[in-house]
Amino acid sequence: MSSKLVVIGNGMAPGRVLEHLFEKAPGAYEVTIFNAEPRVNYNRIMLSPVLAGEKSYEEIVIHDDHWYAQHGVTLHKGKRVTGIDREAKRVVAEDGTTADYDKLIIATGSRPFMIPVPGHRLPGVLTFRDIDDVSAMLDAAKPGKRAVVIGGGLLGLEAAAGLRLRGMEVAILHLMPTLMDRQLDESAGFMLAQAIRDRGIDVITKANTEAILGETCVEGVRLDDGREIPADIVVMAVGIRPNADLGGNAGLMVGRGIVVNDRMETSDPDIYAVGECAEHRGICYGLVAPLYEMAAVIADQLTGTDRHYTGSAVSTKLKVTGVDLFSAGDFTEGEQRQEILLRDAAHGVYRRLVIEKDRIVGIVLYGDTADGPWFFQLLKEKADIAPFRDTLIFGQAYGELAPADPISAVAALPDEAEICGCNGVCKGKIVAAIGEKRLTTLEDVRAHTKASNSCGSCTGLVEKLLTATLGDAYNPQAVKPVCPCTDLGHGEVRRLIVAQQLKSIPEVMQALEWKTSCGCAKCRPALNYYLLSTWPGEYVDDQQSRFINERVHANIQKDGTYSVVPRMWGGLTSAKELRAIADVVEKFSIPTVKCTGGQRIDMLGVRKEDLPAVWADLNAAGMVSGHAYGKALRTVKTCVGTDWCRFGTQDSTGLGIRIEKFMWGSWTPAKVKMAVSGCPRNCAEATCKDVGVVCVDSGYEIHIGGAAGLDIKGTEVLTRVETDDDALETIVATVQLYREQGWYLERIYKWMTRVGLDTIRAQVVDDVDNRRALFDRFLFSQRFAQDDPWEARVDGTDAHEFRPMADLAYAEAVL
Amino acid sequence: MTALAGDWLAVGLETDIPLQGARVVKTGAGDIAVFRTLDGTVRAVEDRCPHRGGPLSQGIVHGDTVTCPLHNWVISLATGEAQGADSGCVRTIPVRVDGGRIYLSASALGALRAA
Repeated sequence: MSSKLVVIGNGMAPGRVLEHLFEKAPGAYEVTIFNAEPRVNYNRIMLSPVLAGEKSYEEIVIHDDHWYAQHGVTLHKGKRVTGIDREAKRVVAEDGTTADYDKLIIATGSRPFMIPVPGHRLPGVLTFRDIDDVSAMLDAAKPGKRAVVIGGGLLGLEAAAGLRLRGMEVAILHLMPTLMDRQLDESAGFMLAQAIRDRGIDVITKANTEAILGETCVEGVRLDDGREIPADIVVMAVGIRPNADLGGNAGLMVGRGIVVNDRMETSDPDIYAVGECAEHRGICYGLVAPLYEMAAVIADQLTGTDRHYTGSAVSTKLKVTGVDLFSAGDFTEGEQRQEILLRDAAHGVYRRLVIEKDRIVGIVLYGDTADGPWFFQLLKEKADIAPFRDTLIFGQAYGELAPADPISAVAALPDEAEICGCNGVCKGKIVAAIGEKRLTTLEDVRAHTKASNSCGSCTGLVEKLLTATLGDAYNPQAVKPVCPCTDLGHGEVRRLIVAQQLKSIPEVMQALEWKTSCGCAKCRPALNYYLLSTWPGEYVDDQQSRFINERVHANIQKDGTYSVVPRMWGGLTSAKELRAIADVVEKFSIPTVKCTGGQRIDMLGVRKEDLPAVWADLNAAGMVSGHAYGKALRTVKTCVGTDWCRFGTQDSTGLGIRIEKFMWGSWTPAKVKMAVSGCPRNCAEATCKDVGVVCVDSGYEIHIGGAAGLDIKGTEVLTRVETDDDALETIVATVQLYREQGWYLERIYKWMTRVGLDTIRAQVVDDVDNRRALFDRFLFSQRFAQDDPWEARVDGTDAHEFRPMADLAYAEAVL
Repeated sequence: MTALAGDWLAVGLETDIPLQGARVVKTGAGDIAVFRTLDGTVRAVEDRCPHRGGPLSQGIVHGDTVTCPLHNWVISLATGEAQGADSGCVRTIPVRVDGGRIYLSASALGALRAA
């Protein structure tokens, strides 16, 4: 029988314990996790890129719901543990949930320290600790608003840079004379301050906050020298305090954190502590690498290997795009200590090594940090640097056999050289994995070795290793650019449009450094769609960036004529509509009339000049554009359902019509075809559509992600709902999520493969508020989309599109 | 609209063509596509892609090129040459813009008709 393991806290450290545990001894423990945050485990050190708009929350999730299910873990989301009964070996959460344990892991992490100055409880005073803090900052981060960040350490700088990228006016207040004073010396701190100021962020050092001002919410900050700095939000990033109370209340030995021995046991051997809440040999760690080392030791202890944790040497990197900074060890001056210094002002490079007894004890690198891992390796090995001391400061490339390029420098690293500091992965392990498991991409290496899977700052090194190992077989272009006009991928462009509030195509091209003056036929339609879907009602559709079909609202044919498909709601038509179509066909001598696969009628071979007149006649009979030409909602195919069919379980025709009338006119990343079948016999073929509904006696099965074109693919069941109202809301929310996340020309099934069905389900099924919000955003955007484009053109819109500018045939005849 | 001025035939106003857009001029030698690029330069080429005869006037204009709407060939508006890996050429027609009015070369159109 398996033992019971209970984990309090669901951050990165316990997540890593479980990963090791499930790998070493699957099924050995029955695991229950209590998470005070209402969500799964995500990569907390990537909060800065989320704040800066460079990544999304979904991208930083480490373990999704599926992972917990797969390993049989009971995850209590949003339940805070309030007590540990060590006698009964049981934990109790605030809602009364209990769990018995054989072994317990406390991983309660830390909380931000709030300077207890007057006003520190005002609304608008925020911290930077979890995804909720990031959401709160983003809510407040409107361009032109002011943010004051208190604390010029790692977190404070990352918060300031992120808020600045979001368009806020930002000031950093730092108590000490130099930024990041615990990791940097004065010179590097000065260069850093300069780089931060160059980003338009105000840096005020020696700033002692006396009070946070404001009556009902934050209005500013007053320093002890009387200066007042206006602020709409204040972010406190002055440090963290271990959350040791739960352990203390249970009678465990507590110092600053919960005290653990080298086995990571607390004063009760059945209880471990890991991560920021733990205190080991008098030190509480706040960086991820030591936490992961602790996690590995606990997993060993839990599976019967008596391995010990003896403390960690830590290095620091700042995750602010464009600022390269590395520091490790101790670089205070001392009698026994000497320093080696290299400055290159023109290139903004600063390197300082602190040496004690021919060993490196401190490293500060600014501007060029490529040699950071090498120096750090020498520091951790306590290597004797005397033999190459003269050239040490120039780095590995110079100090050893002087390999000419960075690839051979990486190739020359010893197997035990650490590549990924966060996860403690050395070169040998990565190279071995590439060979044995035939890995060819960065994602493969991340999945198999964890290298580059946390903060990502060693990504360049891992890529060089891939190149060194695989040669030309490795293609480093991990992100496929939108087109040759940019190096950015679709996902990055979408996020940066939102993050930097870019609202026109020229603005996007300027801000994202497009390489061409006005784009190309690939990127312009994509950008036009992204702007249209991101800023409904605000962005003015750029007709010249639309493909001809969407510009003239008909499908161009091989001979330059067009086809016209009026909407037939749910596939229903009438004598009046058929008569109007027949009349139009005769009046304009339309050569071909055909039924489409989506249950409507296509008139092919219409001359462009005739289009407005054809539409006028169709409009007069009550028909509107079918958008058969657009990256838009196409058809909602239906069967006759309970109206006629003896097997029908619901009014499938009615639901189809309702969906189509609600959603027509909306633009989407690629075409969207739907269908509603009245029973599982599925006559409307709903299970190969982008979105399908299969009616059953008890309600409606919502399907997504089918394809029946280049690829053939059956749908997946998203969820089952009881009422047609719920069906509509779920479908609309799903399509809106796709409209917001999908890449241009990416059909729903490809989007689903990319982001995962579970992620979609979490947002449109599990999270009811989010579903409602998505629905409301779709509704809002429809206010600007649901006008018949045919009617507008019958009335004269874009008349130039349909008429030649001049007819010279006559003039030439008289020449 | 049509007027004669030496070799130059007036075909319309600059403002008749949206920036990064095109209009068609019908002639005895077939359709001519008259473009206006983002910087306001006016160009005229045969409205037939060298690939499968697609109407270039319906394409997306970017820089001094247009992408054919049928199969995405990119054609230089200045030289008429297909860009990139594709090869082929459409004929260009000299254009003059004077006082906001666009003129095409009558002799070039004549040569086109004779060809």
